[in-house]
Amino acid sequence: MLLSRTLLKRHTVLPGFDLALGLSILYLSLIVLVPLSAAFLKTFTLTWPQFVEAVSTPRVLASYRLTFGASFLAALLNVVFGLIVAWVLVRYRFPGKRLVDALVDLPFALPTAVAGIALTAIWAQNGSLGQYLPFKVSYTPLGVWVALVFIGLPFVVRTVQPVLEDLSRELEEAAATLGASRWQTVRLVVLPILMPALLTGFALAFARALGEYGSVIFIAGNMPMISEITPLLIITKLEQYDYAGATAIAVVMLVASFAMLLTINLLQAWARRRQGGVA
Amino acid sequence: MSTSHTLPSPPAQPARNAAATAPVHLREATTEAPWVRRTLIGLALGFMTLFLFVPLGTVFFEAFKKGWDVYVAALVDPDALSAIKLTLLAAAISVPLNLVFGIAAAWSIAKFEFRGKNILLTLIDLPFSVSPVIAGLIYVLVFGLQGWFGGWLRDHDLKIIFALPGIVLATVFVTFPFVARELIPLMQAQGIEQEEAARVLGASGWQIFRRVTLPNVKWALLYGVILCNARAMGEFGAVSVVSGHIRGQTNTMPLHIEIVYNEYQFAAAFAVASLLAALALVTLVLKYLVEQRVKKELRSVHEH
Repeated sequence: MLLSRTLLKRHTVLPGFDLALGLSILYLSLIVLVPLSAAFLKTFTLTWPQFVEAVSTPRVLASYRLTFGASFLAALLNVVFGLIVAWVLVRYRFPGKRLVDALVDLPFALPTAVAGIALTAIWAQNGSLGQYLPFKVSYTPLGVWVALVFIGLPFVVRTVQPVLEDLSRELEEAAATLGASRWQTVRLVVLPILMPALLTGFALAFARALGEYGSVIFIAGNMPMISEITPLLIITKLEQYDYAGATAIAVVMLVASFAMLLTINLLQAWARRRQGGVA
Repeated sequence: MSTSHTLPSPPAQPARNAAATAPVHLREATTEAPWVRRTLIGLALGFMTLFLFVPLGTVFFEAFKKGWDVYVAALVDPDALSAIKLTLLAAAISVPLNLVFGIAAAWSIAKFEFRGKNILLTLIDLPFSVSPVIAGLIYVLVFGLQGWFGGWLRDHDLKIIFALPGIVLATVFVTFPFVARELIPLMQAQGIEQEEAARVLGASGWQIFRRVTLPNVKWALLYGVILCNARAMGEFGAVSVVSGHIRGQTNTMPLHIEIVYNEYQFAAAFAVASLLAALALVTLVLKYLVEQRVKKELRSVHEH
């Protein structure tokens, strides 16, 4: 009763608000909020200089560089090819299109450990594709990037695809009638409309890549200072019973994740406004 | 620039010529030249092949490379069997928990207007932006030996971390938003008129849910459960932190794959991996079928 009296904005005849919202908030608190707050509270057992030292040793800094850098470059490649895949799936007809469309989501459905060992088998020096390359992919930062491209692949496709489907052809027709070449139409009319979706897809892929663990650790080789990602460093500290150190790094990553979540929400709000303006 | 060359200037002319000479290919102003289309399709398929099809094929190829006998032996290995059982058990507990939560959250968010709704929506998505490793870590901080309840749990001879409850908790965390996320947009689009009508006609809350709401959302619900289940069975990072890797006891299928792989038993690792890859494929097929249904339902909502 308390919830409905204080929170409800208008009277409703439907029952179950208190029960449903109460249950949701209780469950959310127990599973997500209270345990997450443990991470922040645990770092308060460290003094500020201790915290700064724990999150900025050369080994930790190297892992940030790798994690953020590889995630950024992987998301960047996914923007380019995600746009092409989405475009091809919406605009063209070709054999096997439905199959390709359905398989775009494979990285969501395939367990990360399975992806990890498969990618390693492909790109290792004696692997099915790795043997033809003059340079090493597995057990280098390049391997980390390959794994992050894989897990980020669906995001841009799935954010751009619906916008492209809803895009009214009349805009492009108008541009063409006014004398624009096809390339001008795509660059000056279509791409600006897709921009919020592209940025959202980039941010989603980047955010996912930051925290990725399973698909990366098999192919990375995990050499400190070279190919060690931050999530692995957290596990390493944990295995050495350095709980405070592990948590301090985790808090840095959590803050980065929350910043990304906020960015994504803002981008989506922008995209909705743009979509509303176009339709 | 290329388009302007190929645009037919007077529309009538090509049609007249067509009868006499070779057919002139007309192209609409809103599509690209054939070579551009072919290049883009080629790029898209090339990218998908390199990053999706080859990895997927590799799983099955490596699993069967040493023959059927090795494949079967890897699966009936006692440690593999216990890992399969634990994975099924953890999913069987976590998925229903998230199902109940998903329905409760969707009911309150989609059917009522209340203060703080957007905050609740953001918080539901929160687990997606937390690294799986951190998801495991936070439960260690709460229930681990050094954690908040560590002493109390030890005194009462209860084990959460390095045992089934910890694995379930970590799995619940990483699969937390799936059902709610599928239900909320659909239920919001469907509005509340049907439920209100049922209420006015004297239906109880449970009757409204079972007879009116549930039939309207059953496909989206199924879709959410499928995704939730696939992720629950495949979760690696979070479970890895809380499981303790005790062979035959607290190893799930993904963890078993890691251990066997690190022992260089590649065929055995890929054999277990092929089961999870098959599950992923089944998930994608079901997702495709259900998506068609949901699309149809959303369309019918918009038409009315």
